[in-house]
Amino acid sequence: MRSSALSCKASARHPPQPWFRLGRSEPSAPAKRISRTDIPKQHESTTMKDPYACDVLVIGGGNAALCAAITAAEAGAKVTLLECAPRHYRGGNSRHTRNIRTMHRAPMHPLIEAYPEEEYYQDLLKITGGNTNEELARHVIRTSEPAIAWMRAHGVRFQPSLGGTLHLGRTNAFFLGGGKALVNCYFHAAELLGVKVLYEAEAVDLEVKNNRFTSAIVRKDGAEMRIGARAVVVAAGGFESNLEWLEDAWGPAAKNFLIRGTPYNMGKMLRVLHQRGAEAIGDPKQCHAAAIDARAPKFDGGIVSRVDCVSLGVVLNRDGLRFYDEGEDFWPKRYAIWGRLIAMQPDQIGYCIIDRKPIGRFMPPVFPGFKANTIAELAQKLGLPVDIVVKTIADYNAAVVPGQFDHTIMDNCHTRGLAPEKTHWALKIDAPPYYGYPLRPGITFTYLGVDVTPRAQIKMKSGDVAENMFAAGEIMAGNILSKGYLAGIGITIGTVFGRIAGEEAARHVKA
Amino acid sequence: MSKPDQFVLRLPADTQALMAEGARQMGICNSCRYCEGYCAVFPAMERRLEFHGTDLNYLANLCHSCGECYYACQYSPPHEFAIHIPQLLGAIRAKTYRQYAWPAPLANLFDSNGLFVAVALMAGIAAILLLATLFAGNGAALAEARPDGSFYAVIPHTAMAGVFGLVGLFVLVALLAGFMKFWRDAGENLAEFTRPFALAETLKDIATLKYLDGDSQVGCTYPGEQPSQARRWFHHLTFYGFLLCFAATLVGTLYHYGFGWQAPYGFYSLPVLLGTLGGIGLAIGPAGLWWLKVRQDPLTASPEQAGMDIAFIALLILTSLSGLALLAGRESQWMGSLLILHLGAVMALFISLPYGKFVHGIYRGAALVKYALERRRPGLDLGGD
Ligand SMILES: Cc1cc2nc3c(=O)[nH]c(=O)nc-3n(C[C@H](O)[C@H](O)[C@H](O)COP(=O)(O)OP(=O)(O)OC[C@H]3O[C@@H](n4cnc5c(N)ncnc54)[C@H](O)[C@@H]3O)c2cc1C
Ligand code: SF4
Ligand code: SF4
Repeated sequence: MRSSALSCKASARHPPQPWFRLGRSEPSAPAKRISRTDIPKQHESTTMKDPYACDVLVIGGGNAALCAAITAAEAGAKVTLLECAPRHYRGGNSRHTRNIRTMHRAPMHPLIEAYPEEEYYQDLLKITGGNTNEELARHVIRTSEPAIAWMRAHGVRFQPSLGGTLHLGRTNAFFLGGGKALVNCYFHAAELLGVKVLYEAEAVDLEVKNNRFTSAIVRKDGAEMRIGARAVVVAAGGFESNLEWLEDAWGPAAKNFLIRGTPYNMGKMLRVLHQRGAEAIGDPKQCHAAAIDARAPKFDGGIVSRVDCVSLGVVLNRDGLRFYDEGEDFWPKRYAIWGRLIAMQPDQIGYCIIDRKPIGRFMPPVFPGFKANTIAELAQKLGLPVDIVVKTIADYNAAVVPGQFDHTIMDNCHTRGLAPEKTHWALKIDAPPYYGYPLRPGITFTYLGVDVTPRAQIKMKSGDVAENMFAAGEIMAGNILSKGYLAGIGITIGTVFGRIAGEEAARHVKA
Repeated sequence: MSKPDQFVLRLPADTQALMAEGARQMGICNSCRYCEGYCAVFPAMERRLEFHGTDLNYLANLCHSCGECYYACQYSPPHEFAIHIPQLLGAIRAKTYRQYAWPAPLANLFDSNGLFVAVALMAGIAAILLLATLFAGNGAALAEARPDGSFYAVIPHTAMAGVFGLVGLFVLVALLAGFMKFWRDAGENLAEFTRPFALAETLKDIATLKYLDGDSQVGCTYPGEQPSQARRWFHHLTFYGFLLCFAATLVGTLYHYGFGWQAPYGFYSLPVLLGTLGGIGLAIGPAGLWWLKVRQDPLTASPEQAGMDIAFIALLILTSLSGLALLAGRESQWMGSLLILHLGAVMALFISLPYGKFVHGIYRGAALVKYALERRRPGLDLGGD
């Protein structure tokens, strides 16, 4: 049986995929699947001792959990925080982030100009196709403005937009050092406030009676214990690290997905909450997925595995054919659809092909491209059908309409007579050496979650609201993000709802 | 919990392999860039797509191993990307000190720097003692109390100035040669070095220790994970202490040759005031740096640097303390011995300047000038990510 069903971490080693086999599916090892109903029964034991009893139990160690823990502790509650990862890998997906999308009415360091509420909301409507909870969304947007000062007060430092991300300088505030530096600050702040942090402590079950949480069952050092608390904040992320669950949602295609972030978000709390009566929200198939280099590690490859030359070249599938307009829009606006596009191709793989011309015009990739002096040789190196690739490139070159190339605007270089066309930045691929980058879908995070009130309380299927159970971050982001993604909103949702959950939990405890 | 050794990065000793490792790590940083705001290393890195030995030598001398980018890195070992910039650049930096040393055979002095400094100290003291006995005639004369505190009765001024002048000249040539090697290796020409804006920017960065400040006044993650200004302040004391002592010597020289005023000068005279203040800075600063060094998180420490750091710090402390003691005891019978000890320490300090930690000031300063120059040059246009 795969270890992922037992441990809180997905098995980081996947079957080795030498590059020359990238194009062919791996025979899948028969794995025992845990079925959705395979949830442990409510724990009965009453003999387990509870040295960590507290007012507010926070489950998770990422941005949302930390914001909740700090806020609750500042409100005077005794807080215990459970992080299932070891200290070195603490911080979930939050450790991979770099910025927060923030509304602001006037320039506010490090953000330039203004980004008003309405514009933010319209951006959100556009990417979700209008399918968002307006009350929650507007609340998140409005509260994102004061969040910056709060973050600063807890040690987070900011820096101007990173090199290569100037287009985000108005909307997104970048953390100095990135997300790991952010969670380091928060862990330090939490510890100063007396929050008890337990690493390698995985919540495996929640005891809920009449929509009231009483205690959590926690696995630590190979043993199980019960931790009682008067309120719980669940901020344990989505289920993106759980390969079996992804396969449930996507079918066998999921085997070829790479997970860009933490291997620790196994979705255990999400499943337990649904099992204990919480109202589910979102579609298990919805997620944020980008096209990343197929040679990236199965987990935790983070930001660097992206490949930023798609709009400057063409992308072929396993059969050597193009399948989508690579020049549809600026790459920052398109990179998040390419994960899905590639997931829908045979064997879930794509190959971005460029020639010498774009070199030095895109963010340097971590994995060097496969390099060859002819298209045929490149196709052979990539394991693609040589004749078809040569013909695809020749047809593409023949269809290119000359124009003035400018990758900083939607230029007039395009093709005529192809299916699909390339509508911008279409230059002939004719200047050797040629480079090829294999691409796979890289899952960033999943959207399936639990329904919450504006006070972050979990809504139950029965129609009741759980008085002492709160959710924050990825696990409830589906309320706002039904589909699509707006760069930097993941941290916004976690920060805003983490603080609300912490405050409400502390208030509940004191009432 | 994971064992500490899984967090350790094992760097190859071989230069070529080390440079290949440097190119690998910088390649990953270059597509990440999260640490861009910490220091000059990252913006300089972003101007490049490939990292050759010469680029790495330059970048390594922009780094002062503060540790910020280690704590912030989501790819630090045991992650398979195994990124550890402070240790990587610390190891490369140590190699550059050897590579640029002049004359080249003396580069070996970096290898057991502590031993070298100890030998230099003994040799320095022996040489001064020899000078003193040659002039004083016999050892007993050295132990006489001289109520006028007259050093020149122990060692005549011409002898002192002659010996230190000669050694100083050699040191100056050696440091200049090292600088030239660095500057040429960095692909720059001398005319560029004299561009006033670049020099002005560099002097300001050095005078304020801008990069030991992290950003926004909180300091750096040194010696541990929580940012602190301690290193910056102790370095300020050391640096300005050094400058004040240097100024004291210059003023003394001016008095001697310009006005014909002979040492010893009164306690409230300019050279003595400057020297006393400088000596105090040069005692507290290095002591503080030592204290921090002992406390440094082993995860960010750079083993290649440790020996020369401590050797330099110890010598600075000995120099300043012996100087202060000399001032206090200049009218007692200890004056002769203290003078010999102090001048011996100063001699050892001089001799070891080009072959010890002091050179960081030269190469780091030069790297900052290059950095200021580069920032005015057009960069890459990589579009958005
Ligand atoms: C490469 C990458 C880059 C990204 N960049 C950005 C960005 O720049 N801006 C942005 O807004 N968003 C970004 N995101 C998305 C962002 O990471 C998430 O939206 C956000 O971090 C979610 O925060 P969270 O606290 O809800 O979850 P996480 O940060 O994932 O935290 C979940 C925590 O719960 C713990 N946990 C899970 N199960 C259990 C259990 N059973 N018991 C105990 N603990 C458990 C995990 O170990 C983890 O600590 C990025 C994501 C990735 C992968
Ligand atoms: S040190 Fe790590 S976090 Fe910083 S830029 Fe390099 S890879 Fe990114
Ligand atoms: S250790 Fe400090 S100085 Fe060196 S590269 Fe990292 S942040 Fe810059």
